[in-house]
Amino acid sequence: MLGIYLTVLVLLPVAALLAKSGSGGTSAFWREISNPEAVAAIKLTLIVSAIVVTINAVFGTLVAWVLVRDEFRGKKIVNALIDLPFALPTIVAGVVLLALYGKDSPIGIDVAFTRASVGLALLFVTLPFVVRSVQPVLLGLDLAMEEAAASLGAGPLTVLRRIVLPTLAPAIISGVALSFARAIGEYGSLVLITGNLPFKTEAGSVYIFGQIQNENLAAAAAVSVVLLLAALLVLALLGFALRRRSRHVL
Amino acid sequence: MSSNPAGVVGFSPASSGRQLGRGPASEAAARAKSARRRQLGFRAIALGYLALLLLAPVAMIFYRTFEHGLSPVWNAVSAPNAQHAFWLSIEIVAIAVPLNTIFGIGMALLLERGRFWGKSALGLLIDLPFAISPVVVGLSLVLVYGKTGWLGDWLAEQGIQVIFSVPGMVIATAVVSLPFVVRETMPVLRELGTDAEQAAETLGASAWQAFWRVTLPGIRWGVVYGVVLTTARALGEFGAVSIVSGRIEGQTQTLPLYVQDRFENFDITGAYTAAVVLALLALATLLAMNLLTRRAHRGTAI
Repeated sequence: MLGIYLTVLVLLPVAALLAKSGSGGTSAFWREISNPEAVAAIKLTLIVSAIVVTINAVFGTLVAWVLVRDEFRGKKIVNALIDLPFALPTIVAGVVLLALYGKDSPIGIDVAFTRASVGLALLFVTLPFVVRSVQPVLLGLDLAMEEAAASLGAGPLTVLRRIVLPTLAPAIISGVALSFARAIGEYGSLVLITGNLPFKTEAGSVYIFGQIQNENLAAAAAVSVVLLLAALLVLALLGFALRRRSRHVL
Repeated sequence: MSSNPAGVVGFSPASSGRQLGRGPASEAAARAKSARRRQLGFRAIALGYLALLLLAPVAMIFYRTFEHGLSPVWNAVSAPNAQHAFWLSIEIVAIAVPLNTIFGIGMALLLERGRFWGKSALGLLIDLPFAISPVVVGLSLVLVYGKTGWLGDWLAEQGIQVIFSVPGMVIATAVVSLPFVVRETMPVLRELGTDAEQAAETLGASAWQAFWRVTLPGIRWGVVYGVVLTTARALGEFGAVSIVSGRIEGQTQTLPLYVQDRFENFDITGAYTAAVVLALLALATLLAMNLLTRRAHRGTAI
């Protein structure tokens, strides 16, 4: 029973996708993914995702730090709200961002239909990953080590660089990898805010959607496989890095 | 710790020059003060970032929705297409979530307790929906169940329409929310162990009885947590459902698709109202998650 369910839902569809992308041979596959519009879309997705996960690494770690080490009123509520981007439907994320940063922006910032809007939407939907992977590690980090380093004369920067960051690195990396995998596949939050302008704000997933609408399933399948491979590669690298790291420590 | 840690710091090259002529006590005070300042700075940056990215936009949409009073909101909520979209979303969730729950518990048992070749590959397969774009999920389903898909002819002979109708939307929703129950149940199952089950079976319980009376009560909070996450994801799914539904107004339009439709037709009140309904459901999910985590912690303490 489990097998049938899994076959109907995952196995058969993924097989069909791979078959479709390879149905015309490698030359057809290459032609589809070297189409200039497809290249622009894939490039935009990869570049913006890379920028977004870098910002996530910095701010996600900082937010986790504040949630673990700081005390202030309303901290519990802030902590609970971190998961909001996971709970909020992606299309609603797009609408919500447009309400504040769209053409009717009450603060005069309008990023709609620009490349910045792609980044903004991706930052929103991937916000929880780094925070949630760093938080538990930070909770378990022994304050005594930092105090000892400080009492031996290490400045705050040295403590951060030599003690805190090395301990947090695996958690940050895993949050970054998950963010990246999510960012390159993201669709719902981009639809309304980016305007889907080819060669400008059209992300990979949006390009695939357009090709499906045009009944060009071969092109859609080829670009899908590229995005899928990119996501799997990042996740595989993550698994590899973490395994190597844990062996190193033990 | 030494009785006077600040005294040790005095020897360090970094601080000895800067702090020349000051006593160790005032140096300790200065260090505490700069640590405090740093803490406040971090807090301001972190909270400012969250406010700009998360809180302000979400608050803004609530404000915009209700700024002209309740009657436009009421009209938007009671529009026939809005009602239809809402109930269609509920219907899909009511089918996909129980299916994924049963599958999730079974698969968690298999992955946690089973010993067989290819187990880690199976685990990867379960996680695959998290690595695939929803759009790609939709495309893959069209390639199998669509008119020109692998099973297209066969399904047409049986008179079953999957793509552009509710069955396809249920499948798409089930795929994207597949891993949650499995992933939330597995760790709880591991923690539970097999001792109690074995004891039950020694006392004459059948495997089925042991499952219902011992295993299931032991893992229930993990399962419920997974169900909450599955429901939230299923209610909000957009990309995959958008492709397999064909987005036929009043027929295959779920609430998230309705948001897009209203927005693109310049019915901002309609779009905002539907978005607020979904946002409220998301906030309810967060609340449920928090209560459950607290409950689970209490559960393990007993």
